[in-house]
Amino acid sequence: MNHSNSSTAAAAATTLDSIVLNQPALVVAVNDNDIDDMVSKRLRDIGFVEGEPVTLIARGLFGGGPLLAQIGYTRFALRRAEAKRIIVKSLS
Amino acid sequence: MPSAKLSVALLGSPNSGKTALYNRLTGSKQKVANYAGVTVERKEGIYTTASGNQITVLDLPGLYSVTTMGQDEEITRSICLGHNPSVKPLDLIICLVDATNLRLHLKLALEVKELVAYQKIPVVVVVNQMDMAESRGIQIDLNSLAQEIGCIVIPTVAIQPSGIDRLKDFLNDFSPVKTLAVKSKPERRKTVRINSTNHHQQVRQIIAKSVIMPSKTSQTDDRLDRIFLHPIGGLLILLLILFMLFQAVFLLAQPFMDGIEYLFDLLKSVIDLTMGPSLLHSFITEAVISGSGAVLVFIPQIIILFFFILFLEESGYLPRAAFLLDSIMARFGLSGRAFIPLLSSFACAIPGIMATRTIHDYRDRLTTIMIAPLMTCSARLPVYTLLIGAFIPERHILGFMSLQGLVMLALYFAGIISGLVVAKIVSLRQNRKMDSSLIFELPSYRMPKARNLALALWERAVIFIKRISGIIFAVNALLWFLVSFPRPSEQVLASGVPAIQSSFAGIIGNWIQPIMAPLGFNWQITVALIPGLAAREVAVSALGTVYAVGAKGSDTVESLQQILAKQWSLATALSLLAWYVFAPQCLATLAVIRRETNSRFLSLVAASYLFLLAYLASYATFKISSHLIG
Repeated sequence: MNHSNSSTAAAAATTLDSIVLNQPALVVAVNDNDIDDMVSKRLRDIGFVEGEPVTLIARGLFGGGPLLAQIGYTRFALRRAEAKRIIVKSLS
Repeated sequence: MPSAKLSVALLGSPNSGKTALYNRLTGSKQKVANYAGVTVERKEGIYTTASGNQITVLDLPGLYSVTTMGQDEEITRSICLGHNPSVKPLDLIICLVDATNLRLHLKLALEVKELVAYQKIPVVVVVNQMDMAESRGIQIDLNSLAQEIGCIVIPTVAIQPSGIDRLKDFLNDFSPVKTLAVKSKPERRKTVRINSTNHHQQVRQIIAKSVIMPSKTSQTDDRLDRIFLHPIGGLLILLLILFMLFQAVFLLAQPFMDGIEYLFDLLKSVIDLTMGPSLLHSFITEAVISGSGAVLVFIPQIIILFFFILFLEESGYLPRAAFLLDSIMARFGLSGRAFIPLLSSFACAIPGIMATRTIHDYRDRLTTIMIAPLMTCSARLPVYTLLIGAFIPERHILGFMSLQGLVMLALYFAGIISGLVVAKIVSLRQNRKMDSSLIFELPSYRMPKARNLALALWERAVIFIKRISGIIFAVNALLWFLVSFPRPSEQVLASGVPAIQSSFAGIIGNWIQPIMAPLGFNWQITVALIPGLAAREVAVSALGTVYAVGAKGSDTVESLQQILAKQWSLATALSLLAWYVFAPQCLATLAVIRRETNSRFLSLVAASYLFLLAYLASYATFKISSHLIG
């Protein structure tokens, strides 16, 4: 929906775990670790596909632990290792 | 009226309200089993339409995609395609989507439609939670949605009694032939472009055409998450909830547990009055009544515990708790979802192991099941209090800490720490192959419905009573036989030696005795451990039998304590305490592990590793304390 805005943002690609809380971003890609990567397949299944708006809602305790991401209309908890595979570009 | 029963499958993503719809359709006419060879649950119920036709409703596992690898997905694919030998070919697939979550759920509907396109199985899309969508100002053009997806679309509110009337009407009018005809019309009118490579793209287009969504999330959810997921505040609330949960489990359950014990005692005295002493009398009172009573007494705790767990799960809070606790649990190779089942195991490992169903990752679930018996359950308390009361002096350390209390705490910690160490070892072995992944949805908060809670609670209680008590009864009968036969001779009775010594249990006990001797166990302990396999606290009454402490009631424990204090060394008592921290002295737990993992092998693995740990811990405890005490 915010698709047209994305071109105006001079955004550098980064990973989902490193974006600022509550700042809108767009998914660029999910990295595969190997050919039949179950985790990245699952991430795509739940909506982490190119052009999808994503926001980081919360981080777990002590800065570590899981992250809470809003993708589409849904909130998903992910661990850092998974979030690092998700390439995003910030829209702010 | 067609004579053959129609077969309908219910498919949907997690948190789409599938269980609520299934319950609404089938009510209490449900069966739960496992698909052959896998741990996937097979839930089947019967729905009778207004015109009296019976429909078999199959509740398929909740999934986000049918294309992924995995047990749930494979089972679902084979059933939809009619390849599953234990399920007859489907006449209709009901694909459930949440009206507030169409971006995620419509993809599954598109996938399923494409999957069964060649089978010509009709698919209807049920858009559930229409009430929630309305209250959030979400507008869905159902006609446009039906055209875009290319199948019939039915709106429902599964949590309201009349909320699925339109689906019921549809099922009432449904006959496989007729629907195919209806379905083919709109398809001919417009060509549906099913692009298998990009369902996501297609969902975006459908939503752009048919849905007006004022905000992506509900404001209530945003507000509640700010409180419940707050790094400090959220954790404090979680602690408070857990505190209340355990207060309830122990305080609320107590009167019911007393009541059950009273009933079993009453039953026993009635039989004592009506029957003379005979073998049958002994069988009924010892094996049937006392044996079952020792296990059934935990039902109130189990029900209350499950009520809370189901309430937290239904309300949407449980995944939040898992989120908060994941970083702590991850250090031990567990998922945040393992926390509640492990905590439940402090009341009883059986509901704890059954609660692991909320852990979706199979390996995480298995690890949690394996370490659940190490959490100190309430059945260990009678054994602990007996031994601590007899051997640990009532002293105060630093003026305020009771030594007895400290020993009790140490026993709890011994269980927790060893459980976490075992989990860590298991995870280290696993993680070399695959990195652990944790992806779970945090659904919208909602008020749990009494009807759904009651049905889920009923399902759990039935599993416990039906499946477990069968095994418990068989075990009790066997143990009774071992303790009662061969009948003691006149000489033995006259000599004052307890009858159990000459029984099979006594013989086995004496036979195992050399193995247990390095732990400091005398033959009395070894013999008492055998009936103590039924449930941990049975060992207390078994010791009473072995030491021929006849009196009933609270005197038994005190007189037993006096005898034990005289006859055992402190090292022996500590060694037995260590044994009880680890040993799976509870066949019901092993039976539940077997049921929940659907594997005899895994329950044997659990039993052997726990016995091994118990042996090593007891041996170390006995040697070290003998050495220190001298």
